[in-house]
Amino acid sequence: MVLAVEAGPRTRHPLTPLLYRLAGKRRETEDTVTLTLEPAGEPIPLARPGQFNMLTALGVGEVAISISNDPAVGEPLEHTVRAVGAVSRALCQTAPGQVVGVRGPFGTAWGVRELLHSDVLVVAGGIGLAPLRGAVRALLERSPAHRPRPQLAVVVGARTPEQLLFEEEVLNWQHSGAHVLLTVDTARPGWAGPVGVVTDLLGQVPLDLTRSSALVCGPEIMIRFTARALVRQGMRPEAIRISLERNMQCGVGLCGHCQLGPWLICRDGPVFTYGERVESILGVRER
Amino acid sequence: MALDGFPPSEARAASAIPAASGVPIPPTPCTIDRAGLGSLITRLREGGYRTLGPTVADGAIVLGEIDSIADLPQGWHDTQGPGTYRLTSGEDGELFGWAVGPQSAKRELWPPRSVVWRAAGGGGDPAPIGASEGPKAPIALVGVRPCEVAAIGILDGVLGRSPVPDPDFVAARRDLFVCTVECGRPSASCFCESMGSGPSAESGFDLALTEIRDADGERFLVRAGSERGAAVLAGIRTLPAEERDLKAREAVVAGARAGLVRRVDTASLPHLLERNLENPRWSEVAARCLSCGNCTQVCPTCFCVSIEDVTDVTTGIERHRRWASCFEVGHSYLHGGAVRPSTRARYRQWLTHKLGTWFEQFGTSGCVGCGRCLTWCPVGIDLTEEVAALRASDVGNPVPAGERGV
Repeated sequence: MVLAVEAGPRTRHPLTPLLYRLAGKRRETEDTVTLTLEPAGEPIPLARPGQFNMLTALGVGEVAISISNDPAVGEPLEHTVRAVGAVSRALCQTAPGQVVGVRGPFGTAWGVRELLHSDVLVVAGGIGLAPLRGAVRALLERSPAHRPRPQLAVVVGARTPEQLLFEEEVLNWQHSGAHVLLTVDTARPGWAGPVGVVTDLLGQVPLDLTRSSALVCGPEIMIRFTARALVRQGMRPEAIRISLERNMQCGVGLCGHCQLGPWLICRDGPVFTYGERVESILGVRER
Repeated sequence: MALDGFPPSEARAASAIPAASGVPIPPTPCTIDRAGLGSLITRLREGGYRTLGPTVADGAIVLGEIDSIADLPQGWHDTQGPGTYRLTSGEDGELFGWAVGPQSAKRELWPPRSVVWRAAGGGGDPAPIGASEGPKAPIALVGVRPCEVAAIGILDGVLGRSPVPDPDFVAARRDLFVCTVECGRPSASCFCESMGSGPSAESGFDLALTEIRDADGERFLVRAGSERGAAVLAGIRTLPAEERDLKAREAVVAGARAGLVRRVDTASLPHLLERNLENPRWSEVAARCLSCGNCTQVCPTCFCVSIEDVTDVTTGIERHRRWASCFEVGHSYLHGGAVRPSTRARYRQWLTHKLGTWFEQFGTSGCVGCGRCLTWCPVGIDLTEEVAALRASDVGNPVPAGERGV
């Protein structure tokens, strides 16, 4: 008696990365760099702003990093990485020409294409600006043919002026027609802007918040208070999109690490539409 | 527990044992004697299956290779309760006279440690990265309990019907042959009836056996749950099941049902848990919980794994996948610290996931009521007691227990 077990062609295991070569590396702040990655062979599918990839520093490990540009416009993939652990440190130390592993893209995107005609407020805290950069660029490219031209406001918070990400580009957004407001937790000599948290600036945003949408990313507590403040100022909860974060090890809903209440962040997020459910889930400590 | 099209039927057909030509497949239900059970094991082994079943080792019933009837735990019984497991040997000759051991099918379908890829080390140049392990021998599980079959169905939903199914799980699961044995002697940790997973076997198996020992002697009632299950019976000496055999099976299951001492009131359980996230009971249980993770290791549905890259001068770089636990402080690590540093939050995560948010994530409960988490908890924390305590102190719906008919 012979048992017919067909070997069959094995598809690539979802935990196996594709290889990318570091084509460029730009220092953003003391502990943060932006990596420009070109495929060394087969590329990953097109990533959209808001999604993330799993990046492997070969021999060290793998970590979830959001896409920090909009590859749809023909640019190579960019990831902005802050050195906080062994893997992110190794990624930051990768030299141009060296190879890293890339799996992805994973998760939900900001959905910029659904926002072609609405006024949009982008609120970012710290490294939270990285996953929003591609969205801001796409929003700036919206067709001016639509009258009145949809407005864009960007509120950025950082711990110190030195830790403002993409500072030059952010100031250029102003010239491209966006309303840009910056704030820092702690000022330094030469800082002429406001000192405080991003929610302090929401009252100065020159948009009709009752008819605007918002994209929010940053520390979880900043997201909570920003979303709450926006709702209090008349924004519809379903017009607010937030990006949440938990430990991620597989990106495809199989490892269980990124649970947050009813969600697997990698599968159901990281971009979520705000609402009562989100508010109640974020309101529980150590969830 | 429905399998909802997974594994796909065409894949199952591909790994079915072909009926020996000219040998008729007996209709089921039927009965076999002890020699027939031996023939069944032999036939599975000759069909290419690695045949795993209950064996006695290290003072427990564990999954081991089954060559013949002689490997089965004849006469062994278990005594279980919160924090307690003891095996005792009797002279009654029963083969399946115990409840469940610490190991489950999870060990075979979603192994404690596996290598998912391997790459040459040595620096910058692109190295071939690919799946490093070829197909493995298919597994036949003999003597697993109905709660185990339900747990396999839950893993199907998590790992097999995920938007990106795990190919290792799918391959092992597709070829898995399940021969369940209905429960005759549940332990004092079991609460399968509350979770709808036992003590009788209703679906999800290739063959279901019931061990019958009554005035008419020893025999096994056999029901086929799949074509390949039925095909295995070809050539094995069977007798058509008679009314007395069917009655005897009912008596075994009814006896098991009557022997269940633990219950969980599952009414609106996800809502109860969701509105009791700040219930003081979590602090009380956390004062006892050692955060050791035993419950997650023995749980037949706990699927969390950690992905770790390992370097070695001889093998280069390997990506390992190992069982993880939400009781590990590092499980929720996020740039600089754990999201759930307290035992209170980790126990709450485990219980609310298992019994509550699992429904929203995967459409089922994450618990089958096998009782392993009670038995193997070193301090005897009892899931059923914790649920009852949360109900009794329900912060959102403080109705006295008597008025809810609990």
